[in-house]
Amino acid sequence: MSTLAHVFEAAGIATVTLAATRSVAERMGPPRALYVPFPLGRPLGKPGDAEFQHDVLTRAFALLDAPPGPVLEDYPVTIEAEEVPLTCSLPPRFDASLPAAVDEANGLRKAYDRAVANRGFTSVGRAIGPDEVPGVLGVFHDIAQGQNWKEAVIPGKNTTAVCHDIRTYYEEAALELVNVDTDDADVPAGRGAEAWYFENTEAGKTVLAARQAIKDQGGPVPAWFYMAPGHR
Amino acid sequence: MSGKAVTGDVMMRRHGDDAPVPEFDHLAWVTPKPLAEATVAIVTSAALHRSSDEGFQPGETEYRLLPSDARDLVLGHWSPNFDRTGVAIDLNVVYPIDRLEELAANGTIGAVAPRHASFAGNQPDDVATVRLDSGPRAAAELKADGVDVAIFTPV
Repeated sequence: MSTLAHVFEAAGIATVTLAATRSVAERMGPPRALYVPFPLGRPLGKPGDAEFQHDVLTRAFALLDAPPGPVLEDYPVTIEAEEVPLTCSLPPRFDASLPAAVDEANGLRKAYDRAVANRGFTSVGRAIGPDEVPGVLGVFHDIAQGQNWKEAVIPGKNTTAVCHDIRTYYEEAALELVNVDTDDADVPAGRGAEAWYFENTEAGKTVLAARQAIKDQGGPVPAWFYMAPGHR
Repeated sequence: MSGKAVTGDVMMRRHGDDAPVPEFDHLAWVTPKPLAEATVAIVTSAALHRSSDEGFQPGETEYRLLPSDARDLVLGHWSPNFDRTGVAIDLNVVYPIDRLEELAANGTIGAVAPRHASFAGNQPDDVATVRLDSGPRAAAELKADGVDVAIFTPV
């Protein structure tokens, strides 16, 4: 981001950077930067809070009046991510013959479909569509149970993309189930849905178990590391 | 995977503390026209793309230009290490397009640019291509659109 700010400024466009990591902005010195100490993924701070977002923009654009820099200021309010699981109910066990994660993903389908209908589009689809989510969770269940990961059928052979799609299927369904929308100022904290997915859902637990299994089987880092956030 | 010794955001920001960064010997500096007369664009590293358009590949150095009226934007960044529900709830938390429209309507800014630029933040470490090729091309396209000021948003 700071690299591009230098490039755009050199092309004759005045730039203001919302900086997510202060130390990077300090070292790279983009022309004007406002450090935003907010959850990563939320540089304007608060979803659904236009007033707050306007304050961020006002403070950012104010840097355009500063004499030649680099200029680096801090937004005065810190917002922390909260790794506390979202309160979101999960479907009861329906078909005991299936791995729990597969059963669970099937049970969330209607909520996911409502989410897509309401929003008009989905972020699922990097490697698999919603129809394939339960089946791939079955594959990860088998890997976690000891199957050799190299023999498992992972669509696109890309665990990062597949895990993105599964998690996004769950997060889009969860936001539908807890019924948040853009008019609701009381939205889930940053990483609340992540904590719910990896700590409370069978899918998240299965992905983490498969990730550990691929690592233990000697799989290369790119094959397992990005299946989940680095600290999990 | 030894359990959570630190939170994800703390881990990622510490990672940033140690990450290699490119050096810029010369600080380019534009003295902008008054904001109330300026055309403003968003440049994001969230790898946003229209849901109907091709997504970003891992390590991709190209960019997408997003028409100002597009709201069907998918976050195509490959990292699992940041919150994605904020932008799912409200696009503006990453891409403040409705806020810019409001600022144009009340005269705070001159105009919202017709197109905005989206890159993938997870670039190869040397960032040579965005620095010397795709970045300057994107800047030239926005400049040709009459853009005076750009606000840069990461994830």
